[in-house]
Amino acid sequence: MDVIILQLFNGISVSSILLLIALGLSITFGLMKVINMAHGELIMIGAYTAYVVQNLFADYMPASMFGWYFAIAIPVSFIVAFIFGLVLEMGLIRFLYGRPLDSLLATWGVGLMLQQLARSVFGAPNVGVKSPAWLDGGLTVGDNVFPYKRLFIIGLVLVCLFVMYLYIYRSHPGRRMRAVMQNREMAACLGISTRRVDAVTFAIGSGIAGIAGCALTLIGPIGPAIGTYYIVDAFMVVVLGGVGKLVGTVFGALGIGISNTLFEYWTTASLGKVLVFLCIVAFLQWKPSGFVAMRSRSLDN
Amino acid sequence: MLAVQQLEAGYGESVILRGVTLQVRPGQVVCLLGRNGVGKTTLMKSIMGVIKARKGTVAYKGSDLTKRAPGQRAKKGIGYVPQGREVFAQLTVFENVLLGLEASTAKRKTIPESAIAKFPVLQAMYGRRGGDLSGGQQQQLAFARALASEPDLLLLDEPCEGIQPSIVDDIRDVIRSIKADGKTAILLVEQSLEFVKSVGDYFYILEKGAVAWEGSLGDLNDEVIRHYLTV
Repeated sequence: MDVIILQLFNGISVSSILLLIALGLSITFGLMKVINMAHGELIMIGAYTAYVVQNLFADYMPASMFGWYFAIAIPVSFIVAFIFGLVLEMGLIRFLYGRPLDSLLATWGVGLMLQQLARSVFGAPNVGVKSPAWLDGGLTVGDNVFPYKRLFIIGLVLVCLFVMYLYIYRSHPGRRMRAVMQNREMAACLGISTRRVDAVTFAIGSGIAGIAGCALTLIGPIGPAIGTYYIVDAFMVVVLGGVGKLVGTVFGALGIGISNTLFEYWTTASLGKVLVFLCIVAFLQWKPSGFVAMRSRSLDN
Repeated sequence: MLAVQQLEAGYGESVILRGVTLQVRPGQVVCLLGRNGVGKTTLMKSIMGVIKARKGTVAYKGSDLTKRAPGQRAKKGIGYVPQGREVFAQLTVFENVLLGLEASTAKRKTIPESAIAKFPVLQAMYGRRGGDLSGGQQQQLAFARALASEPDLLLLDEPCEGIQPSIVDDIRDVIRSIKADGKTAILLVEQSLEFVKSVGDYFYILEKGAVAWEGSLGDLNDEVIRHYLTV
């Protein structure tokens, strides 16, 4: 029984990390249909931002305050990645809408440049971010220990999801955003500035990638190429979940995360990964548009 | 109020409009007639700014709109009900109507009574997705969305296309009531001669991308119809 609970917790923990890195992509790729290969580097930017904030706290703040750096690092990571995303959109992506292959190559190039930038600024070796003391240890239930860091990431994902839901489905700018993504021409005819909506939407997706990067500092060292480890998983989650729907991304992350943990438990780490990939391939043969497909009476979608 | 001068426009290499000149006065219902493929919808799109003009001008309330984006034209007070309705399928009916407020100059946050009162059926379906509505209901939704910004000029592109007769009558009533209010002018593209005769003040007939005939209701006799409109 304990083993099952522990595996389930691990599965949910892996899912929460997958979900966090895929949330930003569910906006830029899911809603905007931009294949942004630099998404991983936006995660990397968020991670290094957390590193910089940590160093600033260590140098300029009293030691007793050090533990709170992480609470500051999350919004700062969002803002820094948001700004990078905004610049990327205005300088490059906006010329490439509707040209997926071009945007794939161009953003990949941008990703390489950002990686090199990180190497030049921070050096090639991985750097460690010291987790705040209040996240050390774990919650003990019976014989099981649930690490606070993992619980914190799960909580962070839930908060991000909730805020994103409010923004996309319950706010004025979110309504504008959905209108533009569904029918650009008609949205423009209603007086919506599609240029501004595009730029802000892309920047928000980038900002969420920054938060993901900040969270990743809790589970391991960070390096210039950290994003490349996660980019494939992130795309997989969004495609499996169904492009364009927030709830689909949640199911995609849970599906991959839990099956990954279970398969690895039953077999070995590498065989488990293979089985997960096989399951995804089989599933997409059966349902090519993912878990949650958009359906409507109108002919165009 | 709306003055189109020698407008030329088209898609890619092909030129559709070859020098169209027309005018809409405040409160007037102007109908645009013509056989299929003469450029009626292209003209509507050029007035809205979806298609850029190659030559000529589009002026509205004295200011030149030729180079302006569609959104700026909407904010100047032009409402647009496009061919094919173009409601946002994934958004609810309520959200669709709220989006009409984007162009509202009054900065209002609530849907004006005048826009929605004409379509009682929509209020009952506020929570449903636009794409789940029937064609006729979607048409009424597109109407309400355009009226939400309280435009001075309404562009209607085939509002009765593929719609059951009872809703056609509803739409006729709506156009008549807008006309009776006298605040909003209408430029109407419609195939049904009977329909346009029942609401129109002034008529333009397009042929080969240019205005071939214009006149008021009394001038629109059988001779004109046979010459320009029968196939």
